Amino acid sequence: MLYNEPSPLETKVLSRRFGNPDSATLAGYLRTEGYQGFAKAAGMTPGAIVDEVKASNLRGRGGAGFPTGLKWSFVPRNSPKPKYIVVNGDESEPGTCKDRLLIENDPHQLIEGVLIAGLAVDAHAGYVYIRGEYRYLIDVMEKAIAEAYQGGWLGRNIQGTGFDFDLYTHSGAGAYECGEESALLESLEGKRGIPRIRPPFPAVVGAFQCPTVLNNVETFCAVPAILRDGGAAFAALGVPRAGGTRMTCLTGHVNKPGVYELRLGFPVNRMLEEVGGGIRHGKKLKAFIPGGSSCPVLTAAELDGAAMDYDSMAARKTMLGSGGVIVMDEDTCMVKAALRIMRFYAHESCGWCIPCREGTTWLKKILTRFHEGGGVRSDIDLIGDLAKNMLGRTFCPLGDAAAMPTISIVEKFRHEFEDHLNGRPCPYENSSQAVGA
Amino acid sequence: MTFSPQLEARFDKLLKSYPPGRQRSAMIPMLLYAQDELGCVSGDLVEEVARRVGVTALEVHEVLSYYSMLRSRPLGRHHVQVCTNISCLLRGGDKLWEHACRKLGIGNKETTADGRISIEEVECMGACSWAPAVQVNYDFHHDMTPAKLDELLDGLRKKP
Repeated sequence: MLYNEPSPLETKVLSRRFGNPDSATLAGYLRTEGYQGFAKAAGMTPGAIVDEVKASNLRGRGGAGFPTGLKWSFVPRNSPKPKYIVVNGDESEPGTCKDRLLIENDPHQLIEGVLIAGLAVDAHAGYVYIRGEYRYLIDVMEKAIAEAYQGGWLGRNIQGTGFDFDLYTHSGAGAYECGEESALLESLEGKRGIPRIRPPFPAVVGAFQCPTVLNNVETFCAVPAILRDGGAAFAALGVPRAGGTRMTCLTGHVNKPGVYELRLGFPVNRMLEEVGGGIRHGKKLKAFIPGGSSCPVLTAAELDGAAMDYDSMAARKTMLGSGGVIVMDEDTCMVKAALRIMRFYAHESCGWCIPCREGTTWLKKILTRFHEGGGVRSDIDLIGDLAKNMLGRTFCPLGDAAAMPTISIVEKFRHEFEDHLNGRPCPYENSSQAVGA
Repeated sequence: MTFSPQLEARFDKLLKSYPPGRQRSAMIPMLLYAQDELGCVSGDLVEEVARRVGVTALEVHEVLSYYSMLRSRPLGRHHVQVCTNISCLLRGGDKLWEHACRKLGIGNKETTADGRISIEEVECMGACSWAPAVQVNYDFHHDMTPAKLDELLDGLRKKP
């Protein structure tokens, strides 16, 4: 099912079957060039498959943007251990709701991507880790897996190729931290989701202490098209160092929020105005988060000439991230935004690393007091300093994820903190954040 | 403990999904699926799952206390979860949450006296482009307003 109208400006590669009534069925998938990428890959050497993925310039869609082909090439070819494919479907980055659509509308595309990864690294089993809140997707996935077994696309000697592969679903049970790859592996092994020390990276020591390819749902879903139409065709859709499209989640104060598949390098102003229908109620843009609440915030002025591309965002000292675009209009209280983001990270910190556990908790307390009018001027620097002291001091990126938006909001919207001083109530409250307005 | 045949089948399948000696992996899905049937993770369930996956009860408790969806006490039959995280907040998720508390006269993780409805303020549930969003047990309700929430809650009160 789709929850918003598509846009004519989309480039539909991963979402090309969305809207077909039978898009989630094996018959519907096979009718629309389904499993053709696998058929092609089955006739190639593992090295050639990895090279094709490298040529596509596909970069990880979970948020870090690491080149996928390179990641696959780190799996040791001659390891005597079994190898695993793990799908990260723990989508929990605030602002992000795209993997949900990919699984719901086209689960076979994900299965095919996993199979191709299996061929590339000689893995014969895989797990689709799905966050607990997405229970209905476990059913969607299991139905598709059952159909794939029945149709000979999973199991022994798939389509007479001699390749065996078993695929299973695995449910999380509510933990943002499990979206981090090493914590996800702990969770897959039936433990608390705390990060592992790296190196070794999952490509060498991953699930069950075996070499593992671990990618985001959207990353695997891009692979069938890459094998089917060639890596070069996929690369050509994007920009020089990042190929293909992004499932982009427009959220917040736009007229037409929704999930849209846009080419890498899509201009931000066109995305907001033409895809998103402009800022709600004719207001002005105040702040913009390119890919989930972990990214440093940009001001409207910083968006001049910006594109939805890794390099364009890196040049502005932020990240393309997870695809969760968060748009805030001129009436938004940035102190409140910083507080809500910090409340989230304080709730989700697994407690393993002290700078993150204590830092997020204290920042939440200080921001709460500050927003309520109990702040003093020295708090403003204190908030920034506390956040800066978390950077790079934790095993996983959750500490950085909490610190980066906070630091950017303090730096770029300092005057809004000053507006909250002297016991005055929040001067922005009740302006634009009315329900259903 | 005995479970429904459906749940037993699910457990069997889970225990066969992982490499030999790695049955502990089944623990988290087992706890969640059992909770869906039984309402919460009781002490007996902890013991039973520990026995089936071959770990101590303490190791199950470690997991139980970590994951936010697992609970050791029951909540309402219809568990209403309101997201107030940033994308929902920008579209009125916080006001929606306050509305739900006022309307039901209960607070976070509390249950109405008749045991029917409980409410919880939750973190991002993955419905950000269709915000503000509410989940009732596992069902998503998108683009919510106070009026739509009233309708939803009134419906839940009448539902068996």
